[in-house]
Order: sequence, then C-alpha cells, then structure tokens
Amino acid sequence: MPLEFERPLIELEEKIRALEATAREQNLDLSEEIGLLKAKLARLEREIFEGLTPWQRVQLARAPGRPTTLDVAERLFEEFFELRGDRAFADDPAIVGGLARFEGRRVVFVGHQKGRNTKENIARNFGMPHPEGYRKAMRLMDLADREGLPFLAFIDTPGAYPGISAEERGQAWVIARSIQRMSRLKVPAVAVILGEGGSGGALAIGVGNRVLIMENAWYSVISPESCAAILWRDAKEAEKAAAALKLTAKDLLELGVVDRVVPEPGGGAHRNPEGAVRALREALVEVLGELEGLDAEALWWDRYRKFRALGAFAET
Amino acid sequence: MAIERLFRRRRTRGEGREVPELWIRCENCGAQLYKKDLEQNLGVCPHCGYHHRIPVEDWVKILADEGSFEATTGKIRPVDPLGFVDTEPYPERLARYQQKTGRPDAIYGGRAKIGGVPSVLLVMDYAFAGGSMGSVVGEEIARGAELAAEEDRALVIVTASGGARMQEGALSLMQMAKTTMALEFVFQKRLPYVSILTDPTTGGVTASFATLADVIFAEPGALIGFAGPRVIKQTIRQDLPEGFQRSEFLLKHGMLDAVVDRRKLKPELVRVLSLLYPGEVDAA
Ligand SMILES: [Zn+2]
Repeated sequence: MPLEFERPLIELEEKIRALEATAREQNLDLSEEIGLLKAKLARLEREIFEGLTPWQRVQLARAPGRPTTLDVAERLFEEFFELRGDRAFADDPAIVGGLARFEGRRVVFVGHQKGRNTKENIARNFGMPHPEGYRKAMRLMDLADREGLPFLAFIDTPGAYPGISAEERGQAWVIARSIQRMSRLKVPAVAVILGEGGSGGALAIGVGNRVLIMENAWYSVISPESCAAILWRDAKEAEKAAAALKLTAKDLLELGVVDRVVPEPGGGAHRNPEGAVRALREALVEVLGELEGLDAEALWWDRYRKFRALGAFAET
Repeated sequence: MAIERLFRRRRTRGEGREVPELWIRCENCGAQLYKKDLEQNLGVCPHCGYHHRIPVEDWVKILADEGSFEATTGKIRPVDPLGFVDTEPYPERLARYQQKTGRPDAIYGGRAKIGGVPSVLLVMDYAFAGGSMGSVVGEEIARGAELAAEEDRALVIVTASGGARMQEGALSLMQMAKTTMALEFVFQKRLPYVSILTDPTTGGVTASFATLADVIFAEPGALIGFAGPRVIKQTIRQDLPEGFQRSEFLLKHGMLDAVVDRRKLKPELVRVLSLLYPGEVDAA
C-alpha cells in the first residue's frame, strides 16, 4: 500500500512503464516523451519530498519495505554472523546482533528488528524489545569491548514493549543498564536511527560517540500518537504532536541530538534500499575513521561531553 | 509549615471568608484525619498506612540532619527550546507550575548531612508538571552528582516522576543519557548513591538514574515501572494483576532492596550510608 502522498509519483511511474512497453512492443521511438516524463517525475519527487510534513515523515519511517536492521546488515557488511540469546532468560527476536565485517574491519552490531511482513512482525513483536533483548545488546557490548571491535547500533523501534512480562522482568532497570553499559564502551560506538526512534527503548542502544539518522527517520521522547493521547487527549491529533515534538532528522540536527543526517534516495529508503545503504556506508566509513584513532578514555570523554551538553535552560 | 501545601483545599464558610481546612480525608481509606496528626505522621495515614505525597521541603526535613541543609538547586530555569504548543503554550504551563511551587522546575535539593554523612540530597517534585524530567531536572541531577563527587559526598535522590517531559522533545530523552553518565563520577570515587522511589516513578526516570543506585529503597505501595498502567492496559487489552508495578511486587521480582515505611526511612538510610560511605562520619 503506497502512502497517500506517494500516489502521484506511482501514477507517473506507471505511465512511464506503459510508454516504455508500448515503445518496445511497437518498435517506436518514444524516448523524448519518456525523457520528459522522467524529468517530470524527478521534479515532482523533489517537490513532494521537500514539502513533507513531520507526520508524513513518520509514515515514511514506518513504510513497508523500509530496510530493517537485517536488510541493512545483508547489504552493508561483507559478511555477518548472528549471535543470539541473552544467556539469562531467552532470545528476543525484537533485537538482533552479531559479528560482522564492514569495509574490511571486524565490528560488532546490534539493532532493533521489525518483521518484513505481518507474520514476521508478530514474531518480532513489531520491533518492541523485552528486557532480554537489551540484555542481549549488553552482552554484545561486552564482546565488542573484549575483542576491541567497533560497535554499531541500528535503531528502529516504536518503543520498548509496554507489557506485563516486560515490567515483571524489569524493563526500566534493563534500559537504564543498557544506557550505562553503552556509555562505558571502550571502543568506537556509532548509533544509526534507521526508521523509528521510540523513546527510552531506542536510547538504550543510542549512546554513540556519533549518532546518525536516516533522512526520513524520527527520534523522540514519545511517539506522536501517545503524545497526542496525553496532551490533546486524542490519539488522532498525532499529526499535530508530530510537528510539535520536533522529531524529524533536520530538527534533531539543529537540536544537536544527532550529529549527521544520512540522505535517502529520491522517493525514500523503502523504494530504494540499495541507495539508502550506499549513503549509510559512506557516512559510517567517515565517522568510524574519525573515531578509530581514539583510545578508551578519549572515547568515553567524547561521549560524555556530547551527552552532557544536551539540554536547553537559562542560568538565573 | 511547608506541608500546608498538601492541604490547600479550603472550605468556604459564612460570607465567603476562607479558612484553612483542619480535617482531611485519607486518599486511600477515606478516614477523617486531623491535619496536624497527619503532618506529625509524615503524611502517613495512621489508620491504613497510606503514604500521601508530601512537599519537597518536607522530604529535606525528614532526611537531612537538622540545620545541615543548604540548597544548591534553583539557579537554572527551563526555556522553550521547541516552541511547544499543545492545548496551551509550554511557557504558560511552566509559569503556572512555577507560581504553584515557587521553584523554577521539578527538583529541589542541595548539600546536607544525613546521619552525619556528607551528602547531596535531591528531591523530585511531583507537584511540578508531574515531576517530569526536562533539561533543568536532568541538569540538576547531573550537577548534583558532579558536586557529590567533587566534595566527597554521598548522593541521595528521592524520585517522583511521570517520566521524561514531552514539551522538550528529544532533549528530555537525552537527559536519561546525561544523568546516567554523570553518575560515573560518583561511582569512580566509590561514593554511595542511594535512590528512594516514591509514588509514582515511571518512564524515563525509572529507565535511567533512578534504578542505577547502589541501593534502591521504595515507599510502600508506590507505583514504579517503565510504562504506565494505562498504556499497558491499552496494549495488552486485559486487566492488570492486583498489586502490579507496586513496590511490594517489585521487591518480590528482585528490583528493589527494601520497601520502607516513611517513618522508619531515615534510620534505614543512615545505616546504609554509614556502611557504604568511605570517609569520616561525624555522628550526630
Ligand atoms: Zn488511610
């Protein structure tokens, strides 16, 4: 199902495809007409995407086909080996991670994992981790430290799971621990918000020396729907909440919450995952290059200074 | 007395002249309580033991050794980084809470001695925007931790919070990382950090500094968790078990060290601090 604002683009694409088919079948030279339509498509795409509202970007961040952590891992890494389980209770399918090779160097990665269809989404709990998911992430942070390997975290969750089982097993406690554990990494840590950055459940693996965000991803203290339900007393006001929360990549860059926005190909990452991962690769190579010369202490101070400086207040 | 704030409700008599109410009803058992008795009982209902919320100044009185407290908070004020407007502009909301509480934001604290142990004592104020953590609360916690480390003091934080403050967006979320990292200085100097979780402590506060303490106390019956019960109910579409997310439940699940009656809290806290504190303690 395309998003509402994508319709004109999809219609135009269909027109182009039909014209191309006609040209082929009837052996006609329609290259001029096709060229004009393609130029129009590019223009329209630019216009639509430049004018997207924050709420429309939230929809893009959730769009089916948008690359998930495993989709990214498959394209980004020369090879990877998934590691599973928290060594205490269970293996949480909503968080994945493992060993990988990235541009010749060995790395450890984790990420929230959404399903690529409804069935898989149910199995993955829609990317909403339980405490065991964060314990798995912490176990992988231990591993990265022990082996001295850079740590990459991919964020894509509506939030940590708000359920009885999660609360019983100390969801808040484990998120706090994960934030603390990640802040203590002795190796370069980079977090990338791929799609949804829902609150503490996202930040738990978001304490990077550098925090990157995909152009159409969001990151916020609360989802627009929940915010609307509380402040407007109506979840249908999510569009207003999305605008008020300043949760888009551009806003977050201005606030200093993220260090860099990774551009998505025209039409968004869900329509061109290859292109999105290519841009992400370039960005990751650069930021890892900046960090790889730093020792454990320098990396800690780098992280501390970054997060210590976040916040807005006035001295009286 | 600061506890008067609790009993703000006034009854109108005669020709509209306001007199302070002398009796109040226990929020839990409904018993009619003489205000002075409740104050003397530190806000705990003598009939059912229900712990009423008390003003932050009263927490200082309960925990700090007499005459030892010196406030360090209050030097910074919240701003409106997002230009946030919901049903009301954020600055207007802030002004209302500031007038109500007489403080710039949802936290109060400073240097204190607790059973002779030099400490930094911070208390979150639920009366100010539900104790929500925005940039100011985060900054005060971070500064408090840094002050404790700098002056070799224990860190004691009394929490009461609905979580991170929505009106400051992702900056509020970042306070979770900021406060967590500031605690490192306390830990590095082997100074004790004790948190006291009161009703309610949820969301971003529970999921950051509050639960990273060396020792975690909670008040009886306090609601403590990550997600609020309403959100959980909506998600799972079933009723929550009796006592779910309450202190006693969490103690059973291994999340807390002790559930302590407010009237016995200070001696328990002093025992823990004196066992943990590495420096000299001048016994009171
Ligand atoms: Zn009572």
